[in-house]
Amino acid sequence: MSSWLYSDKVKAHFMDPKNIMFDDEGFEYDARGTTGNIKCGDEMTFYLKIDPETLTITDCRWKTFGCASAIASTSVLSEMIKGMKLDDAYNISNVDIMKELGGLPENKVHCSVLGDKALQKAIDNYYRSRGMDDRVHETESRIICQCLNVSEEEIEHAVLEGARNYYQLQEMTKVGTSCGKCEEEARERLAFYIEKHFGND
Amino acid sequence: MNRIYFDHNATTPLHPEVKNAITGAMDTFGNPSSLHEDGREARALVEDAREKVAALINAEPEEIMFVGSGSEGNNTVLSMISCSGAQCGMHSPVHSQLVVSTIEHPCILETSRCLENRGIEVKRVGVDGRGLLRMDELEESLNSSTSLVSIMMVNNETGSIQDIPRALELAHGAGALFHSDAVQAVGKLPVDVKELDVDFLTISAHKIYGPKGAGALFVRKGTPFCPLIRGGHQEMGRRAGTENTLGIVGLGRAAELRALEMDAEEERLARLNLLLREGIESRIENIHFNSFPELCLPSTLNVSFLGVEGEALLLYLDMEGIEVSTGSACASGSLDPSHVLLEMDLPVEYSHGSLRMSMGRSTTEEEVMRVLEVLPGIVERLRKMSTAYEYDGSCR
Repeated sequence: MSSWLYSDKVKAHFMDPKNIMFDDEGFEYDARGTTGNIKCGDEMTFYLKIDPETLTITDCRWKTFGCASAIASTSVLSEMIKGMKLDDAYNISNVDIMKELGGLPENKVHCSVLGDKALQKAIDNYYRSRGMDDRVHETESRIICQCLNVSEEEIEHAVLEGARNYYQLQEMTKVGTSCGKCEEEARERLAFYIEKHFGND
Repeated sequence: MNRIYFDHNATTPLHPEVKNAITGAMDTFGNPSSLHEDGREARALVEDAREKVAALINAEPEEIMFVGSGSEGNNTVLSMISCSGAQCGMHSPVHSQLVVSTIEHPCILETSRCLENRGIEVKRVGVDGRGLLRMDELEESLNSSTSLVSIMMVNNETGSIQDIPRALELAHGAGALFHSDAVQAVGKLPVDVKELDVDFLTISAHKIYGPKGAGALFVRKGTPFCPLIRGGHQEMGRRAGTENTLGIVGLGRAAELRALEMDAEEERLARLNLLLREGIESRIENIHFNSFPELCLPSTLNVSFLGVEGEALLLYLDMEGIEVSTGSACASGSLDPSHVLLEMDLPVEYSHGSLRMSMGRSTTEEEVMRVLEVLPGIVERLRKMSTAYEYDGSCR
């Protein structure tokens, strides 16, 4: 094929994705985590086998209802985390995945976050199931705009969907469009998530 | 790899004879507006093409104006509504109302939104589960301030053929002008503007084996008109800009060929469509057809696969050399799947997994069989890795 939408590495992982959970394989796992939902057009589940002594991921599988970018980026992620400590795996960001993949078109970045979010949920679920609640990272997403109930997570999502300035963020989330008191904080979060996800550009 | 092109509603390859016509006109460089011989030669080509396009829809040549694309044709018609000039005879914008359907092409829907921002009232008429316009809704939306109704003749995603004669009757009954975006219809279905009393009709060259960047707008004689692109006398003062001679020549030849080839081809495509449809139905479970036989273009089949994401399906098919399109959100770069399928109330678990296959004059039975051979395996592969599909056939 002469040219492809995505990098060669994305294409390779899309054509031959690694560590997919096939039901007939009978993969036994210690924890699982799911993110996204079918309504939004993408969903991801991660399954982890974990060595309880060293808190290391010994093996993993995943499943997705997602597009080519979601498939490729999760395939790469699943190769990266084998043999990794849980806390290190938790800290893998989509920028790391992107680096490994050789980049994705900007409007596809949100698809790649699906894998690491599902992985983080699986890790938190593992800690919970072992009574290690102090290690759980997940907290309720903080509400930034009290009037319209817009959370940090929604701001992050909007950034991944293309918001690059406050006006675009408001268009997408309605943040700060009522009393406007949260503007400063919303702008700060906006800058934070742009740096987090697109800072290497 | 031999590629199988099942995306004719997106665009079509040049007909070899269209290519010949364009190649033959390549050295005719004159400005059709120039009075000297080089100019007159170019003018002759443009006017010859105008006659051919007019003949395809049984219009008068002076009722055909050339535009740069179907989108331009549609924008031209809709934008007229915000003009309050006495000359063009449209209502003043304050009282104007525009009626469109919810399944129009984005070039109609986005232009409508823009007009709305400028104070035009816009009514949007929905469709039923088969993608057909709700005539009762259309009737209700019309009133004495309605100045324009714009309904597409054939939907690009599902191929659904709208009841234009009925919509037209209602619009004219309310005293409104009627426009139809017919870029997916003209050259595929018989269209006769002497019988079908539309005021405006949009045609595109590249959907009927002509070149990109050329289209035509039918404007019935005596209909009010206001140009979108001003500043020149070209196209009877209706569209400024030196004519795209080569594109127009291609459009003219394409129109001429369509008149000759259309009927036999549509019969053949109807047979292939049935073969494709029944083949998918017998090979793959948990599917939903979004195109309905008899109500849709014979070239188009839109089908959804439960638990499968459309972009991934498209790209796996592409690797097998099969080229289709999808209404999946991911393919559009937004979070929403096809607005057309959503308007048809297709359940969301199906709407992200739609595939549009649109065949054309080069499509063969062998190609259909190849698609039927490859498609089930790819759907199964994606379903096996899907969080949204269980092999007892239910959606998780």
